[in-house]
Amino acid sequence: MEIFRSHVLVCGGTGCTSSGSVKLVDRLNDQLGELGLDKEVKVIKTGCFGLCEAGPVVIVYPEGTFYSHVQTEDVDEIVSEHLLKGRVVRRLVYQDKGDHPSVGKSLSDIEFYKHQTRVALRNCGVIDPENIDEYIAFDGYRALTKALTEMTPQDVIDEVSRSGLRGRGGGGFPTGTKWKFAAASKDDKKYVVCNADEGDPGAFMDRSVLEGDPHAILEAMAICGYAIGADEGYIYVRAEYPIAVKRLNLAIEQAHEYGLLGQNILGTGFNFDLHIRLGAGAFVCGEETALMASIEGHRGEPRPRPPFPAVKGLFGKPTNINNVETYANVAQIILRGADWFRTMGTERSAGTKVFALGGKINNTGLVEVPMGTPLRTVIYDIGGGIPHGRRFKAVQTGGPSGGCIPARLLDVPIEYDSLIEIGSMMGSGGMIVMDEDNCMVDIARFFLDFTVDESCGKCTPCRIGTRRMLEILNRIVEGKGEEGDIEKLERLATTIAKTSLCGLGQTAPNPVLSTLRYFRDEYEAHIRDKRCPAHHCRSLMQYQIIDKCRGCTACARVCPVHAVSGEVRKPHAIDQDKCIKCGACYDACRFDAIIKA
Amino acid sequence: MKSIAELEEIRKRTLQRINLRREDKESEVRVVVGMATCGIAAGARPVMMAFVDEIGRRHLSQVTVSQTGCIGMCRLEPMADVFLPGEEKVTYVNLDADKARRIVAEHVVNGRPVTEYTIGNAENNKQQA
Ligand SMILES: Cc1cc2nc3c(=O)[nH]c(=O)nc-3n(C[C@H](O)[C@H](O)[C@H](O)COP(=O)(O)O)c2cc1C
Repeated sequence: MEIFRSHVLVCGGTGCTSSGSVKLVDRLNDQLGELGLDKEVKVIKTGCFGLCEAGPVVIVYPEGTFYSHVQTEDVDEIVSEHLLKGRVVRRLVYQDKGDHPSVGKSLSDIEFYKHQTRVALRNCGVIDPENIDEYIAFDGYRALTKALTEMTPQDVIDEVSRSGLRGRGGGGFPTGTKWKFAAASKDDKKYVVCNADEGDPGAFMDRSVLEGDPHAILEAMAICGYAIGADEGYIYVRAEYPIAVKRLNLAIEQAHEYGLLGQNILGTGFNFDLHIRLGAGAFVCGEETALMASIEGHRGEPRPRPPFPAVKGLFGKPTNINNVETYANVAQIILRGADWFRTMGTERSAGTKVFALGGKINNTGLVEVPMGTPLRTVIYDIGGGIPHGRRFKAVQTGGPSGGCIPARLLDVPIEYDSLIEIGSMMGSGGMIVMDEDNCMVDIARFFLDFTVDESCGKCTPCRIGTRRMLEILNRIVEGKGEEGDIEKLERLATTIAKTSLCGLGQTAPNPVLSTLRYFRDEYEAHIRDKRCPAHHCRSLMQYQIIDKCRGCTACARVCPVHAVSGEVRKPHAIDQDKCIKCGACYDACRFDAIIKA
Repeated sequence: MKSIAELEEIRKRTLQRINLRREDKESEVRVVVGMATCGIAAGARPVMMAFVDEIGRRHLSQVTVSQTGCIGMCRLEPMADVFLPGEEKVTYVNLDADKARRIVAEHVVNGRPVTEYTIGNAENNKQQA
């Protein structure tokens, strides 16, 4: 085994990969080879570090120096200065906002990581996900060993139940109870399924776990198989996640080689095998019954429950289905115990939750916090607040099934039940931040547009009801709203929620209902005053030039439809009939002389 | 197929190789070698490699070797600092590969600084000479 004095970790998650991290790895290896350092310094491609905003990210150990926005041109300097001479390249070191330049910022010093507790993400950005030995080094497959050699299946279920772990795929159903049901079903064949469909727009928690720590999912699924009496499992992952798929395949292959999957695992007589199925990216295929239909080769449509999967699931057999992040907690619970797990989070929501932080926020990325953390901590302390000094307006959680939470509720702790009480939900962990420039009616319209698109069409309330709601919302944002529209929306919403076949339709009205609850005045302004308070809806706003205009002609030059006129050094004007409201003039003006009204 | 004992073996072996990536550094021993131009010219590279190699051979998982720049006493290079948890740092000077190996054996493993290589000793000798 080779020992290296220094490890250079390069983020190989999807975010950093698309901003060129693969080239960094090549360049690093070239440069190290050239200087004869390749026997001393090892370059490792890892999973996502979470701070995607700062990507591509490179961390140099043992110092733990955290470099951000690293470009191929920077590699030579890192090699010749830091790796050869031990001098940190200060200009590339990540800085918290308002910080004094400091040397050797490591992960634990950075504001973004300080408030986090990483359980599901514990190995992401730390190990090489393509090397099973590194997973094993950080206690990998020890939980499986423990379960198989020291625990009965009932012990495993009891431990998971006592931990208080609840499903991270959205519903929050107690995982131990689910396993108990599947174990109680008598059959000669049972299945374990992992839901890696991750359909919420903007969510990438599950992708990052699969890319950064694929063995954690295999290990948990094998433990689940042992607990419920299943010998076969499927991972249903969307085809748009090529890196995740590749690493899963590699992980399964390596686990087979080591005898951690397959026949007679670790000589205990337990057999377990795994397959991967690719989804084509339909949102409804994340719903568990539709997902199983899709694995079976049928059209991905949901069916009524009961029977629940634990009784009659995949291929008609008892099946346990959990989300990626749910599984990512299991090995830790078995290894460190339910009591340890319960020390994190709250009474009713134990453990941590991963969120994909996006929208109008400084530090977009992936964060994992103990349940019960106030939204404010996530948005301001970890997320670094709202860019460009704009005012926070709302945060959307739960994706298309969730709702918008206004500023005055920012101190609500993040828990399954408290989020439902305020009209949103945990969902799978998307968290989209909105500022004063976002129109809440248009946000509701955006999410409903998504569900209308994604409705499978099997049941009428969802297929037709959501479309009627969307038509009303479209009219409202176009300035053609009528008295009574709000009441009509509310009536449709209640009916759709009550009568739809699956969760897609049942929760589709949530974005509309929650924005009506907290931002009703915005709906009224659109309908009654034909005004969009955020100056966002194109039909209800104008660009105007005010007397700050110096006549620099920048706006006139960028206008694609020649709607701006005026003489040089004299105030310009916009012809509202010609204007297509593209905003090009607004962005071009250097004197704040163009306003939205 | 691997047995449980073999898995444990892989775990220990790999942990030692990747332990330097851990963030909890309190219980760790650090060896910091001066690797500026002056250090490198005086032969710091073989010294550092000797530290790395010896630590690896002895399967010491709680020790990291890192490098630093010039600390201003170029005539005493190659130099290295050894930090044991809860103890004052010890600075060694005029090192070579063999001295580095002895420091690992006596100081890092057994907790007894090798006084004859320390900076205090070197400076005392100079005054007496
Ligand atoms: C329309 C719809 C989409 C869903 N999409 C996902 C998804 O992408 N990932 C997921 O884990 N669960 C999704 N679910 C929830 C699953 O049906 C199921 O509750 C979950 O996989 C159970 O795992 P858990 O108990 O570990 O959360 C979706 C549900 C609905 C109704």
